[in-house]
Amino acid sequence: MNRWLLWLPLVLFGIFFAAVATGLVMPKDDIIESKMVGKQMPAFALPAAIEQRPSLSNADLVKGKPTLLNVFASWCVPCIAEAPQLLALQRAGVEINGIASRDTPEDIANFLNRWGNPYARIGTDTTSKVQLELGSSGVPETFVIDGNGTIVHQHIGDIRQEDVAKLLKLLEDAG
Amino acid sequence: MKRFLVLLLMCLAAPIAAQTGLPPAPYANKQLADPQQEAAARSLMEELRCLKCQSQSIADSNAPMAGDMRSQVRERIAVGETPEAVRSWLIERYGNWVSYDPPIASAVTWPLWIAPIFLLLAAMWLARGRFRKSKGDK
Repeated sequence: MNRWLLWLPLVLFGIFFAAVATGLVMPKDDIIESKMVGKQMPAFALPAAIEQRPSLSNADLVKGKPTLLNVFASWCVPCIAEAPQLLALQRAGVEINGIASRDTPEDIANFLNRWGNPYARIGTDTTSKVQLELGSSGVPETFVIDGNGTIVHQHIGDIRQEDVAKLLKLLEDAG
Repeated sequence: MKRFLVLLLMCLAAPIAAQTGLPPAPYANKQLADPQQEAAARSLMEELRCLKCQSQSIADSNAPMAGDMRSQVRERIAVGETPEAVRSWLIERYGNWVSYDPPIASAVTWPLWIAPIFLLLAAMWLARGRFRKSKGDK
């Protein structure tokens, strides 16, 4: 018994070493995922962000078919990077609605003129109120919503080319 | 040297570009009229974590989103919500991560509470062996 106890410090050191090593090999993940995934879209009503597109409320996201909800801003650089991918998704027949985060109508209009407008509706969220309701922690973020208005997936960060097929698959599965 | 300066300038440019032009939410930097409600809101803000600058509380952070969260906290407390209700509203959306006062019963936190007690008991057990031995030597 005592002979085995002799190894205890080495075992403890091994555990300590493993804990430190995993911290080095796999750095801390700073992404905060929304706990709203799997839940019904919270109630909200946002005024229209630009004249050319209607306002957005949670009722507009119950479509009987899956849709995308994209949180963006004209001041957000990765939002420019994902603009072509959103247009590609729209061309593939996906309905995309937008929430403009902390933005002015002029800036949003300029941004959309320059980088394209894939949105059916755009609501303006000037105080991040709806972003907080959604458990979203930044821009850009994209939510996949099924036909009943349930959030089925949250994509954090810009949509890259390789993400388009993944999102189309998620939309198809949600249908 | 020149290259270093250019690199330095690039570091400066990014955060500026990431700011929004809009003014903060109404109660981001404005206290509530009722001092008791303001005190309750204030102490809750110190226990809520900023989503953007993750090691600061929303009371400490200058990030626009932290300002929006402060405003939400104050607005909700002003209409009579309890601080705990506001906290659980946020936890429902962001998980325990958002609170600096996580529950003891969570799978991640309970070992943190149990470990010191366990170590203390182990130390007492080891020390007991020592005392007994020295008594026997005499």
